[in-house]
Amino acid sequence: MANSKNDIVIEVKDLVKRFGSFVADDHLTFNVYKGEIFGFLGANGAGKTTAIRMLCGLLQPTSGDVKVAGFDAYTQSNLIKANIGYMSQKFSLYNDLSVWENIRFFGGIYGLWGKELKYRADELINNLQMNDSRDVLISSLPLGWRQRLSFAVSMIHKPPIVFLDEPTGGVDPIARRQFWEMINEVAASGTTVFVTTHYMDEAEYCHRVAILVDGKMVALNTPANLKKEYSASSMNEVFISLARQGQRVE
Amino acid sequence: MVHNRFRDFLVKEFKHIIRDPRTLLIVILMPVLQLIIFGYVVSNEISDARIAIYDKSNDYLSQKLTQKLAASGYFLPVRNIKTDAEIDQAFKAGDVKLVIVYEPNFAENFIRNNKADVQIITDASEPNTASILANYAQAVITTFTNEQNNNGISANRLDIRSRMLYNEELKAVYMFVPGTMVLILMLITAMMTSISITREKELGTMEILLVSPLRPSQIIFGKVLPYVSLAFFNTIVILLMGYTVFGLPLRGSLALLLLVCFIFILLALSLGILISTLSKTQAIAMFMSMFALMLPTILLSGFIFPIENMPKVLQWLSLAMPPRWFLSALKTIMIKGEGFAYVWKEIAIMLGMTAFFLALSVKKFKVRLE
Repeated sequence: MANSKNDIVIEVKDLVKRFGSFVADDHLTFNVYKGEIFGFLGANGAGKTTAIRMLCGLLQPTSGDVKVAGFDAYTQSNLIKANIGYMSQKFSLYNDLSVWENIRFFGGIYGLWGKELKYRADELINNLQMNDSRDVLISSLPLGWRQRLSFAVSMIHKPPIVFLDEPTGGVDPIARRQFWEMINEVAASGTTVFVTTHYMDEAEYCHRVAILVDGKMVALNTPANLKKEYSASSMNEVFISLARQGQRVE
Repeated sequence: MVHNRFRDFLVKEFKHIIRDPRTLLIVILMPVLQLIIFGYVVSNEISDARIAIYDKSNDYLSQKLTQKLAASGYFLPVRNIKTDAEIDQAFKAGDVKLVIVYEPNFAENFIRNNKADVQIITDASEPNTASILANYAQAVITTFTNEQNNNGISANRLDIRSRMLYNEELKAVYMFVPGTMVLILMLITAMMTSISITREKELGTMEILLVSPLRPSQIIFGKVLPYVSLAFFNTIVILLMGYTVFGLPLRGSLALLLLVCFIFILLALSLGILISTLSKTQAIAMFMSMFALMLPTILLSGFIFPIENMPKVLQWLSLAMPPRWFLSALKTIMIKGEGFAYVWKEIAIMLGMTAFFLALSVKKFKVRLE
């Protein structure tokens, strides 16, 4: 994992988001580097979703600097959108379309077409070993398959960064394990993975972890360093001792 | 490139429609079925209505008019009444819908005074049937008067005293085609679009679309365009069926008629979009469409119950019902054959409502994003 200045793909400085008098995100500052798996942890209402929405260009920050893939969140949100992948906890694909049709559709809205689209779609299906399921409707796929397909589809345009918003909700432990293998492969190939999660065992798989409590970032380090700092045996203990300070409930 | 993305989006939308049997049923079969059902029900309603005759005169002229009424095919005299009190009894027994009352010395008055009274009493507990029947009875009596005058002494007059207001436009046969059109357009554009947009929200795909480089306007256009074209297609099917099967007249300009339909589709669409911004799930969208759109459409637009017969409060309320203005414009163009000068007000009101609902949706949408 490289940490040089040139390799910064997400740059956040003093990011604030206010809704009226409510401060959802309070002066967040962090950098995310190329090829990193960056974990974003926090209880419900801690400001995770708001932060990720600003990073994806869905929401304008109140103040602070945000650069994603080199583009400014205030003025270049369209360029940000074209250069990131996004997958939500619902692993949203269209149930009434086939595997192939979903890939084509999402490729299409990211501007892929013709030979290139066909090439990427074939490659994606091969990698997932889903050749036999090409024309199967999403509604008849098992949940774990849908999740992996959704992840692959979110990167069909080969973005430098992919955002995963609680990507493992509702799937069984084996599927979760397989999914994290996929995340590791993606990160190893140089794509940055920005992931929010509820599962503390998953936090252990991240290269670095940021913990949010009541809109403030209370910790940012590698899982190993955090455990040392809080003399905890697991990320779960680290999280609990930090989250206990929080007042805010959703 | 932008065009290409948009086309991909449309292809996807049409696949959603084609692959959902319920949607297909509503979009293709419902308009035809509804038209046939309404057509059948309405055309049955006005033949052989049972009536009573209260003939205080009982002369050749009153008997002739009674025969004329019976021969019209609309009425079936089933009872002769002798006293005022019997009128009430007849209605309460429920076996007659209408009573014809001749004044004493009917024929004599008609010849000597050039003027005779005949009263039509209807059972207004069914206001719609009542006004249709009164309407038909008057038509028969007017024809009868004209015939009598042509036969001999001119300028004699039968004074028809009807307890219902005469409402020339309320020819029931012509009501159900525009009415069905309103229902279908509301259903397809407002309800189907609101459900289809909320489905994307419910499934989480809306989030993915919003994060993609597609512009929000492209997403909304892509969602509504298939339904606009389906609604327009249905408009034409209903008009054609009305014209060929039910003999509905088209006295005004076809272009103007289609323009008015198109404006109403836009209006229904703006309502659909508004509903989709207000509801989180498809079930809520459906519920809101049903109660906020369909029921008022059926009850208050003048489709089934004549606005003229409503209590004042409901009459005012009907002013706020979008379909009311569409129905009014439709009737003006199709039945009266009037031009733009007579429907500009309806067009302006519908456009104003569209702008209002769209502005409201944009506002709601922004609030939610904040």
